[in-house]
Amino acid sequence: MITTENLCVSYNGRTVLRDATIEAKPGSILGLVGPSGCGKSSFLAALNRLTEIIPGASVSGRIQFDGQDIDTAFPSSVELRRHIGMIFQKPNPFAMSIRRNLELPLREHGIHDRQHLGQICESVLRDVGLWDEVSTRLDQSALNLSGGQQQRLCIARAIAIKPQVLLMDEPCSSLDPMSAERVEQLIDSMRGQYTILIVTHNLAQARRLSDQITIFWTEDGVGRIIEQGDTETVFNETSNAIVDSYLTGRKG
Amino acid sequence: MDSGPATSRAIEVRHHWREFCVAVAVWVAATSVICVLIWILADIAIRGLAEVNFGFLIEDVQDAGRVGGIGPIILSTGLILLVCLVVAVPLSFGTAIALTERLDKESWFARNVRRSLDVLAGVPSIVFGLFGNAFFAIALGLGYSILSGGLTLACMVLPILIRTSEQAIRAVPAEYRYAAAALGMKRTTILFRVVLPVAMPALAAGVVLSIGRALAETAALIFTSGYVARTPESLLDSGRSLSVHIYDLAMNVPGGGSKAYATACVLVVLLLAINAATALLLRLAGLHNRSTTGGSL
Ligand SMILES: Nc1ncnc2c1ncn2[C@@H]1O[C@H](COP(=O)(O)OP(=O)(O)OP(=O)(O)O)[C@@H](O)[C@H]1O
Ligand SMILES: [Mg+2]
Repeated sequence: MITTENLCVSYNGRTVLRDATIEAKPGSILGLVGPSGCGKSSFLAALNRLTEIIPGASVSGRIQFDGQDIDTAFPSSVELRRHIGMIFQKPNPFAMSIRRNLELPLREHGIHDRQHLGQICESVLRDVGLWDEVSTRLDQSALNLSGGQQQRLCIARAIAIKPQVLLMDEPCSSLDPMSAERVEQLIDSMRGQYTILIVTHNLAQARRLSDQITIFWTEDGVGRIIEQGDTETVFNETSNAIVDSYLTGRKG
Repeated sequence: MDSGPATSRAIEVRHHWREFCVAVAVWVAATSVICVLIWILADIAIRGLAEVNFGFLIEDVQDAGRVGGIGPIILSTGLILLVCLVVAVPLSFGTAIALTERLDKESWFARNVRRSLDVLAGVPSIVFGLFGNAFFAIALGLGYSILSGGLTLACMVLPILIRTSEQAIRAVPAEYRYAAAALGMKRTTILFRVVLPVAMPALAAGVVLSIGRALAETAALIFTSGYVARTPESLLDSGRSLSVHIYDLAMNVPGGGSKAYATACVLVVLLLAINAATALLLRLAGLHNRSTTGGSL
């Protein structure tokens, strides 16, 4: 679904990620793990060209979507981001009502019919298990929700525009354990419907969630991929000593 | 042998004495600032408040201001402000958006826009007055008019308004932009639907601050909107602002003192209300610990 070849990311001329080559299979969950600062977030930002609006960032290498170069597959970044959604570490609903949060991107993509908008809102809120909690207060500010509810709203907002791929950057790490578990269950239930790339610092979570796993590492200040494969295989029988000590908690 | 402790005690005493002096000096300074403010307010209130009533606010100016009210003056002031804001607000918001969203912060153009604003901010208002007279009143043929005065004030408040607007927009967390962009929203939608609504209270605070500056202005208006105390019939009529009225009564009208003070009361109440509004808007914007004086841009 998404493949990269020798993807490099640099900020103001300083390379922070080099030669990242991955393949995310359709409908599967790809876990991205590695110590802090090894370029996982930068990698995700390159995939939906968010790097375009990050000052100083530049990207080289190839990214393909469904076998096609993303530059030819999508005429614009706006179009690209309709197909590749993103969830951030900190829940970031807009400072407006729950309903407006969901409707704003939908209207942007040409859906103006009120009834249709209402249907989509309800269905995505049900998908993320938020409908019963918020159906009576859709017109209240989204900022009044709890952190976990906000994050599920952000996921609902992202899937409302029907992307095929979802990039998730530590979606559970700013949540309390209960909310984190709810969000994890939600991501698990999305397997098969979306191709998911998820960054996490929680190795147990990576093991539970992901079908394939990619391990990033920093060498000489530059991030690099040092191991990848099916999650269970990598966890059980990696031949890489660094990976082994990282996965067993002795390093990183 | 036992001189050691004695000396150190002497040093200690001297230390205490010095600290005491510093403490007293600091308190005296702080207290006198408050006293000066109270003195000015009390002086204006005692001499002017008796004259202020509803009639004073709506009646015509009579006998050069010794009798009657300040109805036309309030109207002219309002119209001058209106012209000023109608011109300055769109220009400033536009420039601030260009500086924050469109131009690279370090680009040649952006740096020069900022430098020009810094220079403009340092220009004394009397110079704006002379410029407004030469350009709007004479070169553009607007004469002594509310339009000339308002346009001159607009030039004068541009630097404050642009800088406060720029800060307001920059203060919007980048996460909002990233979140919106990641949802496939276009730049203009992100700006108008996401960024500007968040920046709105701080933008409004900048506008209110500029209104305060404009209200307090005398020098820039004397040569542009002029002295005429009649009710203006159009924007091309000359009109006298509150501060010019106070200046005129105090300087040129023997026996105008109490009306000058009464007018000053009205102006001060307006300015205090504007200060309070600024503080409130900044608190709403979550920026209350920032400068509210506009002095430090
Ligand atoms: N906007 C930026 N400008 C300059 N340098 C940046 C920027 N964002 C990240 N970096 C640098 O790029 C490197 C990789 O950062 P990145 O955020 O991608 O790492 P990460 O793997 O996501 O780390 P973490 O696990 O802590 O989130 C770091 O050295 C960081 O300092
Ligand atoms: Mg990160």
